[in-house]
Amino acid sequence: MPLDDYEPVIGLEVHTQLDTKSKIFCSCSTRFGCEPNQNTCPTCMGMPGSLPVLNEEALRLGIKVGLALNCKISERLKFDRKNYFYPDLPKAYQISQFDMPVNGPGWLMIELKGADGGLVERKIRVHRAHLEEDAGKLLHEGIEGASLVDFNRAGVPLLEIVSEPDLRSPEEAYAYLTALKAILQYLEVSDCNMEEGSLRCDANVSIRKKGETKLGTKAEVKNLNSFKAVQKAIQYEIERQAAMLDNGERVVQETRLWNDDKGQTFLMRSKEEAHDYRYFPEPDLVPFTLSAETVEAIRKTLPELPAARAARLAKNYGLSAYDAAVLVQEKPLANYFEDCLKSKANPKMVSNWIQSELLALLNLNKLTIENSPVKAEALAGLIALIENNTINGKIAKDVLPLMFETGKPAGEIVKEKGWVQVTDTKFIEEIADGVIEANPKSVTDFRAGKNQALGFLVGQVMKASQGKANPKLANEILVKKLQPQ
Amino acid sequence: MHQLTLKQALEEVRKDGGSALIKALSARVSSLNPKLNAFLRFDPAVSVVRGEGKGPLQGLPISIKDNICIQGLETTCASKILKGHRPPYNATAVERLKNAGAVIFGQCNMDEFAFGSSCETSAYGVCRNPWDTERVPGGSSGGSAAAVASDMTLAALGSDTGGSIRQPAAFCGVVGLKPTYGRVSRYGLIAFGSSFDQIGPITKTVEDAALLMNVLAGHDEKDSTASSEPVPDYTKSLVRDVKGLRIGLPQEYFVEGMDPEVEKSVRQAAEVFKKLGAEIKSVSLPNTSQAVAVYYIVAVAEASSNLGRFDGVRFGIRASEQSLKDLYFETRDEGFGAEAKRRILLGTFVLSAGYYDAYYRQGQKVRTLIRDDFSRAFKDVDVILSATAPTPPFKIGEKLSDPLAMYLSDILTIPANLAGVPAMSLPCGFTSSGLPVGMQLMARPFDEPALFRAAYAFEQETQVYKKKPKL
Ligand SMILES: [Zn+2]
Repeated sequence: MPLDDYEPVIGLEVHTQLDTKSKIFCSCSTRFGCEPNQNTCPTCMGMPGSLPVLNEEALRLGIKVGLALNCKISERLKFDRKNYFYPDLPKAYQISQFDMPVNGPGWLMIELKGADGGLVERKIRVHRAHLEEDAGKLLHEGIEGASLVDFNRAGVPLLEIVSEPDLRSPEEAYAYLTALKAILQYLEVSDCNMEEGSLRCDANVSIRKKGETKLGTKAEVKNLNSFKAVQKAIQYEIERQAAMLDNGERVVQETRLWNDDKGQTFLMRSKEEAHDYRYFPEPDLVPFTLSAETVEAIRKTLPELPAARAARLAKNYGLSAYDAAVLVQEKPLANYFEDCLKSKANPKMVSNWIQSELLALLNLNKLTIENSPVKAEALAGLIALIENNTINGKIAKDVLPLMFETGKPAGEIVKEKGWVQVTDTKFIEEIADGVIEANPKSVTDFRAGKNQALGFLVGQVMKASQGKANPKLANEILVKKLQPQ
Repeated sequence: MHQLTLKQALEEVRKDGGSALIKALSARVSSLNPKLNAFLRFDPAVSVVRGEGKGPLQGLPISIKDNICIQGLETTCASKILKGHRPPYNATAVERLKNAGAVIFGQCNMDEFAFGSSCETSAYGVCRNPWDTERVPGGSSGGSAAAVASDMTLAALGSDTGGSIRQPAAFCGVVGLKPTYGRVSRYGLIAFGSSFDQIGPITKTVEDAALLMNVLAGHDEKDSTASSEPVPDYTKSLVRDVKGLRIGLPQEYFVEGMDPEVEKSVRQAAEVFKKLGAEIKSVSLPNTSQAVAVYYIVAVAEASSNLGRFDGVRFGIRASEQSLKDLYFETRDEGFGAEAKRRILLGTFVLSAGYYDAYYRQGQKVRTLIRDDFSRAFKDVDVILSATAPTPPFKIGEKLSDPLAMYLSDILTIPANLAGVPAMSLPCGFTSSGLPVGMQLMARPFDEPALFRAAYAFEQETQVYKKKPKL
């Protein structure tokens, strides 16, 4: 059966580190990159007799995410123990939330590029988002026949955001993660750094024949450490499972690991080996009630979220929905855009310059918008030069890389290079005369009504002026000169 | 001098700073402990390290059960698996004693991980009852109770999950108080059943218990189960007046198989209260018969989880196995004794998928019923009176091979832990063969003052506490 006849059903489990100063159940620092076991105490080391105390800030940030994801916030809060043995799990149980997650059902919108190039919105349901503590880390490198344990991460607050199996393609999964990451960044609850483990993702993938409503048997894929890896792993799983079904085999429920180098998933454990976590209520943390006032107070702290910002940008600045969506995807990018507008630059021009030229340069140099050598004010300066006819758009495209390289403002580069646009009518007229004389055929063509000949002649004027002529003026002058006398 | 109560010792210490007292007690430990094995670790050099504070317990030696963490001192829960473990911090209770000026005076024997009712499951040898060394001191705080009863120490801390302070206090003829759940911080108490455990005092007199509670009780930001309810001055409740106090006798607590001498002693105690002006009423706690079963489901579930951390990775002993799985298996096989293994297996079973609803969830429901029993009963009475244990101290080895019989010796103490109410055991008489009998008083949550009032009136009236074991 061709791959197209199957429908993938995908659910994602995203673990995000909540950006608190201290761990979720003790006062140890959550700072990344410290010496192994530097950020530990009796509680996060699971020392006998130690007890957890909930970090209110972690709870607050968790609720903030829930509100942004339109979740039902639980009135009654309780924690549970998830029991299993592993050397990086100090207490042999993880404090998590089992049957009463702080955030119940919710949803978020994702945007996909439609067939016509426009945007198509899809509502993806969020099943739940619950608080839990992270485990430590095993170190194997450079150690012969032994492993070392670093508990710096043990007790770092995590929010596990579980989607419903509403996603239907690797692209949708990618869009979901992008939208989720944007929300988390707008909320300033997580830095979402995948390399440092502050955003992690597991994917549940199954396939079924198109038109069927029953879910197929799923495989859970772990160890996905980039959005691209998520996309690739899901694609791999779809193909693997389709090939199995085509061969008349049955897909079995199992946990698989993604190997990014090999581009394949591998069996980690089968359903038979699955853990029995023996969940039960955490007796060391007293259940408590969350008042509606508390939740409302947190709701008041929610910033403008990506969707609202995109709508505002489109409406206020006349941007297309697509352009607005691209700009808001990363909060710093949207901030950059709005910073440019402070100098009264034309919003559409700013949007175009950011999306076509600036982002290309940043990608090429592996930089983010936050450490762009061309600051918002400088880009606005460049655009101002175009708008007041000091340079034309073509020259501006040469100016930007130099600004990027040298950090100098546009005006200075234009002056140094002598790229100031010529608006001196006499100078352009002289060049136009020469061009008319040198291209009699085009002149004849134009006069015969072939308008494209004019474009050629303007181009020739530009060329002869080394790009400095004002193209609009050149156009006007040529038209005037070519009018039948 | 070793016979002093805390209160009397306070006067004594004022004279010379307490060095004579510590010397006398140390000498007594040296001579008696080989016989009783009440102390697991006793180092006079350590014991004279004074508490820093100039508080109400200035210079007074207090002994600590071996499941309460003392910074830098080996703390093992009387288990092999924690051999060599030195906590990097003090339990809040220890910290409070030190701040009050107390001297930490040795660590007491116990049932391994507080699993037991006889102090026979200690990995470091059984502890013996000072009244009859062929008998058990009760468990699991048997070491603490025996040390106080034999005048080797002035007072001790114990912990009580299902009766582990009260039952040994009864068996050893001393006063033991299990405070309301949440009244004393559990921070630094190596957990057995987290939703049951409480640290409490074991003392020679009711007054001493009040003195210690004044120091121990109160909120602790390190323990979210510790209540922020204000702490009264418990010594203010030490009045010889029970006029109008309503005391309930729960009909379900006079169980079949109860020792007649114990029953007689408790009924006589009720008569004493009546004579003193209290009102004696019959009350019913109808779900009592379920208490032991529920306790052994919920408490062992919590225990199995609490003991998971003893895996040989970070502290205590570690088996020299190469593979991770074998490291876990061997460490835990070598480190845990038979009773600990039994409870870990039982707890793991009741929490496992497919059995959770039938056992754990059901257990929690019945626990709620038992709690409701108490709320209902406390509408009619202020204090509930019963025996602490159904029998006097039994012989060493007598019940060791019959876990169920052993579990039943906590039948009268377990309900208070299930309900979280405060309960105190104090001596109320002796059997014909001279073994102590303890009675139990229970009160509403945070109404320790009612316990102190009733217990003090009885103690002062009868003077039972003055009788000492012959050693
Ligand atoms: Zn910590």
